[in-house]
Amino acid sequence: MTTTSETRAARLEDEPLRLAGPRPGFARGTLLSIRDIYAHRELLGLLVRREIRAKYKDSTLGFFWSLAKPLAMLLVYYIAIGKFLGAEASPRNPGGIPQFAIFIFTGLTAWQLFSDIVIGSTGSIVANAGLIKKVYLPREVFPLSVLGSSLFNFTIQLSILVGATAVVGGFPLGGRWLYFPLALGVLIIFATAVGMFLAAVNVYLRDIQYLVEILLMVLFWASPIVYSWALVHDRVAGTLFEQLYLLNPMTQVIIGFQNVFWVAGDGQLVPEHMGRSLAITLGVSVCLLWLSQRTFARLQSNFAQEL
Amino acid sequence: MSPSVIEIHDVSKRFVIRKEKSLKERLVNFGRSNLHKEDFWALRNVDATIESGSTVGLIGANGSGKSTLLKMIGGILQPTSGSVQLRGRLAALLELGAGFHPDLTGRENVYLNASILGLTRRQTDKYFDAIVDFSGIEQFIDTQVKFYSSGMYVRLAFAVAVHVDPDILLVDEVLAVGDEPFQRKCMDRIRGFQQEGRTIVLVTHSLDQVADLCDRAIVLEHGRVLADDVPRDALRVLRADFETTRQKEVEQATDPSGTDRPKRPNVSIAGVRVIADDDPAEQPTIAPTDSLTIEVVVDAGERLEDWILGIGIDNPLGVVVYGTNTRLLGTPLPPLDGSIRYAFRLPAIHLGEGEYTIHASVATGSGQEVARLPIGGRFMIRADGRSQGYLFVPAEFRGEVDS
Repeated sequence: MTTTSETRAARLEDEPLRLAGPRPGFARGTLLSIRDIYAHRELLGLLVRREIRAKYKDSTLGFFWSLAKPLAMLLVYYIAIGKFLGAEASPRNPGGIPQFAIFIFTGLTAWQLFSDIVIGSTGSIVANAGLIKKVYLPREVFPLSVLGSSLFNFTIQLSILVGATAVVGGFPLGGRWLYFPLALGVLIIFATAVGMFLAAVNVYLRDIQYLVEILLMVLFWASPIVYSWALVHDRVAGTLFEQLYLLNPMTQVIIGFQNVFWVAGDGQLVPEHMGRSLAITLGVSVCLLWLSQRTFARLQSNFAQEL
Repeated sequence: MSPSVIEIHDVSKRFVIRKEKSLKERLVNFGRSNLHKEDFWALRNVDATIESGSTVGLIGANGSGKSTLLKMIGGILQPTSGSVQLRGRLAALLELGAGFHPDLTGRENVYLNASILGLTRRQTDKYFDAIVDFSGIEQFIDTQVKFYSSGMYVRLAFAVAVHVDPDILLVDEVLAVGDEPFQRKCMDRIRGFQQEGRTIVLVTHSLDQVADLCDRAIVLEHGRVLADDVPRDALRVLRADFETTRQKEVEQATDPSGTDRPKRPNVSIAGVRVIADDDPAEQPTIAPTDSLTIEVVVDAGERLEDWILGIGIDNPLGVVVYGTNTRLLGTPLPPLDGSIRYAFRLPAIHLGEGEYTIHASVATGSGQEVARLPIGGRFMIRADGRSQGYLFVPAEFRGEVDS
């Protein structure tokens, strides 16, 4: 009869030696990283739940607060820009944007997801310093858990948006939904790529998190969220600036979202070949995500001592 | 022969100590950035192989690199050069409750922490009752952990940690948690781990614990391996090392150039002699019932008015098994001047079998130690082999008795 300790010794004898901590290698490392993250998927799930539950745990209204911000922004932009600045279409202003509220909320929903992921991921490694210094985990789980909790908020916001389209009588139907997975795919992958890269860099250069907030504000206005693409087109049609503007992945994503949910905007001007551009951007984003994961893997070996 | 589970090959670790961190400072100092760096070698050329089923203590002074080495084994830090290789499943108890989130309940935290330590949800479900039972805080399991007392917090964290099923367990200074019954429970658990053939690597300052638990100890000093041996010998090396450090501090303190500090009286212990009644050897071997005389020569370079002379007996693991001084004995000493020989008489010493060392010290009347000789003399006790432990008691077995 063998004892527990002998069985253990025998089992360990058969096991190959492995390196402690993250594995090296550039191309091969990708596969190992993915396997490592997959092995920790349960933890990832728990971390996502932790983020969601802990965020509004002690507030009386809880969850409501994650909706309050976009709703307030909707109200502000709707009144200030739609009514006062006259962006909304009305009998007196037929050239304006029809169903301005839906238009804005579509853009805000997509934008909120993007900025949640980017801002959340950027701070995620530093915020979890205690864990990173004490336990070895594939550190990618921290930015990814931010992605999870952001998606959760996004889902709620999106269901409000869809509900609203039904109420105003422009429920999106049919083939226009094809844009949705494409635009959402670009949004998630691009945001994750950016977030993961910034998360790693932020460990070494804490200024990044402040810089990110400013850049996001600029990017917000550089995407057709509160104004329509038609307005930009009128000013810069045919110039290099137009090309640049359209290269912005978030511009493409937001126009993609508007193509789906902003039914009243069907007659409005949209850039040509949106589907194709989105597909190309998706490919580029996947490459970016890979590069940013590799950078992350490269930088993570020193996380514990830099934090 | 057990297979090796941890192989450390020529590992060095360098930390770069940088003095600035923000973007502005970096840009301003870009060209001169090397001036603002300083290398610090936390570990230098460390080699070690740890076999399955062994319990190894990493010991050393603060800053000797033992925690760094442990983190390297855990994969948290990467070596600058060399490699650390592992076999089997590893769990690290580097800080209890590192993954606890104050806003979540105990129950949620158990699942989260177990998952961080590598348990699947199903396994946690299976162990959950055992974990709660071990922690002894059933009542509060659905309370947010921010309302826990620190004792409850570590209890729960430790309970989770010991229910993980690792082949290698890394422990950093966390065994001494909770109240005494809980500590005993933890130690029992650790011993259970040892019996199950798990490998334990532990960093601790409690040398008794090392002597008690480990079958091997690695002594580190300034990032180098000073000794790697059975705990008894390794501890001796470490104690000698501590002694050198202490001596240096004493020298610095008595150094006349350091004028800020209160001046220490110039007193030293010139020697200690152990005299047995029957054995004339310098390191006598005696029976437990024999008596000893201990002579201490104190050398005073200046007059010391109010002072105390003390002696003590240490076992090889450094545990003080006996100690006394002139104040405790109620014999005030006349002012000290010059070189004087004093004697203590220890009748029927009643110590268990083994080797012992004598230390002697001089303190001022206010209790401040001014001189110490940590290993002044040595003697052996040869008993009859009828008992174990620190003490000799001539016990007898009375057989069954009527109640």
